[in-house]
Formats: sequence, structure tokens, C-alpha cells
Amino acid sequence: MARLAIRVENLTKRYGSIEALKGINFEIAAGELFALLGPNGAGKTTTIRILSGLTRTSGGQAYFFDLNIFERPLEAKKMAGLVPQTINLDLELTVWENLLIHGLLFGLSRREIREQAERLLRFAELYERRKHKVRTLSGGLRRRLLITRALMHEPRILFLDEPTVGLDPHIRRRLWALIKRIQQQGTTILLTTHYIEEAEFLADRVAFIDQGEIVVIDTPESLMKRLGEFALDIVSETGLETKYFQTRAEAERAMLELAKGDKSVTLRRVNLEDAFVYFIGKRV
Amino acid sequence: MKGFLAVYLREMLIIWHRLPRMLLSFSISPALYLVAFGFGLGKHMTVGGRPYLEFLVPGLIAASSMTQGFGINVEINVARFYFRVFEEIQAAPVSNLAYVLGEILSGVTRALLSVVVILLITHLAGVKLSYGLPLWLGVLLNAFVFSALGVASAMIIKSHADQALITNLIITPMAFLGGTFFPVENMPHLVQIMLKALPLTHASHLIRQAAYGRGLILNSLVILCILALGGLLLAYWSVDKAKD
Repeated sequence: MARLAIRVENLTKRYGSIEALKGINFEIAAGELFALLGPNGAGKTTTIRILSGLTRTSGGQAYFFDLNIFERPLEAKKMAGLVPQTINLDLELTVWENLLIHGLLFGLSRREIREQAERLLRFAELYERRKHKVRTLSGGLRRRLLITRALMHEPRILFLDEPTVGLDPHIRRRLWALIKRIQQQGTTILLTTHYIEEAEFLADRVAFIDQGEIVVIDTPESLMKRLGEFALDIVSETGLETKYFQTRAEAERAMLELAKGDKSVTLRRVNLEDAFVYFIGKRV
Repeated sequence: MKGFLAVYLREMLIIWHRLPRMLLSFSISPALYLVAFGFGLGKHMTVGGRPYLEFLVPGLIAASSMTQGFGINVEINVARFYFRVFEEIQAAPVSNLAYVLGEILSGVTRALLSVVVILLITHLAGVKLSYGLPLWLGVLLNAFVFSALGVASAMIIKSHADQALITNLIITPMAFLGGTFFPVENMPHLVQIMLKALPLTHASHLIRQAAYGRGLILNSLVILCILALGGLLLAYWSVDKAKD
């Protein structure tokens, strides 16, 4: 396995009597795109908030490239960039000013800020908007600026917390392309999402998380293969049932049998949502 | 150091984008007080042998530098609860001290701007006072004390609504009772003791004596220095309280 970029050991978080994280463990290799996938309230954002220094942990350890992030938080923060779920740009400032402040916060020189901002704004196709106030940008442009800002200090690790939430499908796909390009440049990415197709498209590996516990970790392909290659969705008066088959021939035979009754049957390939429903036991 | 600069520059850019509105807002209250209390009620009054206006203006300077310095808490709260920009700063490698100093200096800058506006208005109204270094030292110290308290309160509170409560309970009464509009010495002895415990009373006294050309009052200067240090420590300690 390549060098570990992130190692999380027995991480816990309690809010009073509520256990938001129940001792989760995972490792992410350098350059990997790892997705945390789970329903609302599963613990995805809490995990990212702890790793990016916004929330205190109740227990456990976490390391970025062997650096203990709780013992040396300022050094750890220099390594990481955060794209939060809620857009936290300064709306009254211009695009350029937002990047300037971020650069100074992370200790960049004026020259580094100018060079980085120009390069990244072109990379994210925002250069023409650099003098615009953020409040004049659309939701999709603001999301792109959030990602651009997080890359200003060239982090080795990037946290993306629901980066495409609330966006139109075509804008979401443009962001996916941007995220893939960032990964190709060697950045390790931890992504949280409850869009399953997003994780399926982007992630090298996914962890299903539910009620503060990681249920399973694997590649999207392996998780799907555990169920089979084909699925039959069977709709009857009692609801929707899905059956899985290793081959298309098996699935078609079953489909013919079922079609003799009054059930509606659809044949399709297994997707990551099937695996999610199988492991988590509920629909996202 | 760059973290401190970033925090300060961010607030300055916000002020820059809002400058005309802010200057208008800074000028309304003192202008109203001057008209109502200075020209209306106090036109023929004297305090300690001086026209009431000359007594009032240093008090307004002290009160305004207090409210505008403390007002940094509103900016922090908007950044924390509404725009969530505070999280961007929390996720950056910026020490608590750098953050606190950046915000306090922003509060001090706001306070200085408001004082400049008052001085311009009063100059136009024909009030002549001594605007030398002692006066500005008093203003700076007062602004620092209340900016630090503003930062601390912004970190400790849990919602934007709580902030208004603190302002209404502490800052507004102090603006009226801390030697702004009347000499504290006119009050009964027991009330005097209470009013002299207020930081603004010392700031008003210090600034007023400086404005009268009598230099710095050592007692008030020492008290404000101690309060400034205490405020800084409180603000520094309170930053971690903002984490969940």
C-alpha cells in the first residue's frame, strides 16, 4: 500500500448523551479519493470537522502523514484544505479578496498569493470573475470558489464535505471533473456525500457510515460485486423488492418466471446504491 | 504574524466596502446627542466653569469609542453564526493570540474612525478642545479594553440574540452612566462608588482631562492599562470556548 495520508484510530465524539461517533477507524493512502457515505446524521460531517480542527474530539487519535493532528494542530492545519458543506465565503468581499485572506491565513507571501490565485482561478474557470463580489455569484460558482480557496495553500489533503449539495446535475458534473483533476495532481481527498452516484463516480474506496459507526470499507466495484452483477427490481402490492444475480442469464430466467404473475419487474445492473441499501438497510 | 494580518485585513476590507454607510452610521448618534443635550438642553449650562458642550464632547468620544470597539462583537457574530467565516479562520493555522489581536485591532480602528467623525462634527459646531497625544492615548486604551471585551463576549455567547442582551444590559447603561453626560461627582456618594467602578467612567475622566489640556490622569491610565491586559487575556482564553 502507498504511504498513508490519513490514519484515524478509534475516533469518538459525544454531544452530551448523544454519541455522534462511536470509535471509527480508517486509513487513506496518499493520492487516494476516499468517500464517507451515509444518511443524514451518520457522522460524516463530524468526522471532517474533527479532522479539520473545527470540533474537539472526545477520544481517539488521527494522523496526517504520521503527524498527530491533536498534538500539533497548527502543523496539521497547514497540510489540509477544507471545503465545508455550508458556503462560508465572505459575501461582501470580492473573489480575489477571499483568496487573499485565505492565503494570508495560511502564511503565504503576497507573491505566492498572486501566483496561486491566478493559476487556480484559471484552473476553476473563475478568473474573469475575480473582481466580482461573491454575493453576485451563483451557487455553482460559489462552490467552485470554495474549492479554489481550499487549494490556495497547496494542501496535501483536501476535505470535501458534501461539495455538490443543492446543485443542478450539470453543474455537479463540472465539479466532479474539477475534483478528479485535483486528485490527478496528487492531492489526497476525503469526500463526504449522500449522493451515491457521486461516490460511485469519484471514489477509489468508500466507507458506509451509519449512526456513528463505519459499517464497511471497500472499493465501489468490490462492494457491488458482493451482491452480484445484475439486479431485478420487483414491484408488487407489498412494495419494492430487489434480487441480485451473478449473471445476466440467471436474472433473465428469474424475470421470466416473475413476469407470469402480476408483478412489475425491471432488470438492471447492480449499482452502489444497492450495496448501500444492503449494508445500511435503508434508502438514502 | 500573517494570521494576525489576515484577520485584521479581512475586517478592514469589510469596512472599506461599507465605508460611506459606516461613516453615516457613526455620525448619527453623536450628532443627535450634540443637538439634543449640547445645543438643546445645555446651551446655557456650565460644568466646572466650562460650557456644557466642552464637557459633553469628551464624554461622547469615550462612549463612542466604547460602543464601536465593543461593536466588533457584531461583526464576529455575523461571521460566526451567519456567514460561517469564523470556521475558515478556525481551520487555518492561526494561533488564538493572532486571531484575538487581529479582531481587537479591528475594533480599535472602528473606534478611531468614529472618534474622527465626532471630532469633525464638533469642530464644525465650533467646539475647541485639546486634541493632543494624551487624548488619543485615552481613546486607544478605552477602545482596546472594549474591543477585547467585545471579542470575548462574541466567543462565549451561543447565539446572535444573546449578544443584543449583553449590549442592552451592560454597554447601553454604561454609555449613559459612565460620565458621558453628567459629572459622576454630582451623584450621591454610594452611587458614585458604583459608577467609579465602571471602565467607561475612567475613560471619560481620562479623555476629558486630556481634552481640557490637563495631560494624563495617572490613576485612570493605570486602571485602563490593567483592564486592557485583563480584556486581552479574557479574549484569548475565550476563543477555544467557540469550538463545539
